Amino acid sequence: MTALDPPETPPDGEPALRRAMRAPGGKPAACPATYSRETQWMIAVRDQRDRVAFAALFDHFAPRLKGFVIRSGIPAAKAEEVVQDVMLTIWRKADQFDPHRAQVAAWVYQIARNRQIDVMRRDGRPMPEELREDPGTEPDASQILAVEQEARQLKSALTRLNAEQRDVIEKAYLGELSHQQISDQTGLPLGTIKSRIRLGLNRLRHELKDLKP
Amino acid sequence: MSVTHHHIPDSMLAAYAAGTLPQAFAVVVATHVSMCSMCRAALGAHEAVGGAVLEIQDQVAVSDGLKSNVLDLLDAPFTAPPAPTRNGIYPGPVADVMKTRAPRWKTLGMGVRQDILFGQKDGSLRLLYIPPGQAVPDHGHNGIELTLVLQGSFSDETGQFGVGDVEIADETLEHTPVADAGEPCICLAATDAPLRFRALAPRLLQPLFRI
Ligand SMILES: [Zn+2]
Repeated sequence: MTALDPPETPPDGEPALRRAMRAPGGKPAACPATYSRETQWMIAVRDQRDRVAFAALFDHFAPRLKGFVIRSGIPAAKAEEVVQDVMLTIWRKADQFDPHRAQVAAWVYQIARNRQIDVMRRDGRPMPEELREDPGTEPDASQILAVEQEARQLKSALTRLNAEQRDVIEKAYLGELSHQQISDQTGLPLGTIKSRIRLGLNRLRHELKDLKP
Repeated sequence: MSVTHHHIPDSMLAAYAAGTLPQAFAVVVATHVSMCSMCRAALGAHEAVGGAVLEIQDQVAVSDGLKSNVLDLLDAPFTAPPAPTRNGIYPGPVADVMKTRAPRWKTLGMGVRQDILFGQKDGSLRLLYIPPGQAVPDHGHNGIELTLVLQGSFSDETGQFGVGDVEIADETLEHTPVADAGEPCICLAATDAPLRFRALAPRLLQPLFRI
C-alpha cells in the first residue's frame, strides 16, 4: 500500500455510516454492509449528506481523477480545478445517483467527461433527459449488487487485457483521441484500430458473460 | 408509445460516452437515448467501461489544500442548471438547443421546410418538416447523416421509420425518404458535411440554402 492508496475505511467512517443508517427517516435496508465501500459512501452522501463519507470518496477518486484528467489532455495546471468541479458535482448532484443503474465509478466517469468537455469546447455535451424513479420505490439490493459485480468484473477484465488492447480501450474511453486521431498517432489504419477496440470489447463481453444468469 | 426499431449503433454510443462525437451527432444520440430504454442501457454499459478505466488510472497526488478547499465549498450557494425537459414533440436535448422557441421554418419548396438549429465546422443540426406523401428530394451524402423522427413517420428503400427511430446514411446510400400518410413528418437531422440535394437545389445554390 502506498501513501496514495485510499484508506480502507474513512477516518471515523464506519461509525458515521452506522449512525446515518439508524437515522430517523433513513433507509437502513438501502445500505447493507455487502455493498462496496464506494457505494456505501455515495448512498450516505446522497441520503444523509454525510461529509465523512464524502471525504472518503474524495480520497478514493481525486487522485484517480487527476491522473485521468491529465491523460485526457487537460494541462496539469488546470487539472485540479477540474477535479474540484467534479467532486463538487458529486456532492451537488448526489440525488441523481442510482446504484440500480450505475456503479459509483461509472457515474463519476460521466460527470468527469462532461466537465472536461465543458472545459475543452464552447458548448458542453448535450445530455439525455433524466430518469426519475418513483418516490418511495424500495431499493432492490440484488440488482445493486449485480451492477457492482459487473463493475468489478469489468475492471479485472481490463487489467487482464494485453498492454496494446488495454491502451487502445483506455484512450478511447478517456476521450483522449478520436478513432481518427488514434490512427494518425499510431500509424495504424482506421480499420485495425476499430477492430482492435472491438476485440478488446468482445474480450470484455466474454468475461462478463459468466455473470449472466 | 411507439416501439423503436432503428437504434444508435454501438460504436456511436461509445463515442458519445467518451465525448468525442461532433456536437450535432451528440444531440441526436442524447435525444434518442431520452426516447429509447434499450440504448440508454447500452450507453450505461459504455459508462461502466469508462468507470473501470477511471478506476485503473495511475493516481496522481492532489495538492495539500485541495481537499479542504472542496470541503469548504460544500455549503456554497449553488443553483443547479435546469435539467433538459421535453417541450411538446421536442425531447429535452432538442428543446435545449431550440431554447424553448418555436421552430423557425424556412421553405425548401414542395411543402418541405427546414430550421437550421446550428451549423458548425464539424457538422450541422436541423429540423425537417415533410408533408404527408411528400418526398425529401433525392440526395446523396458527402459524409454521415443521422435522421431521427420526432413526429409522424417516413419510409424509404431501407424501411419505415417512426417516432424515435434513427436512420443512418453515408456516401453509399442513395435514398428517397417519403413521409407516410397522417401527420406531417418532423425529423431531427445531423450531418457532418453539406448535403447534396439533386432534384431541388443545384450545387451552386447550396450556399444559399445552407444545406
Ligand atoms: Zn435505441
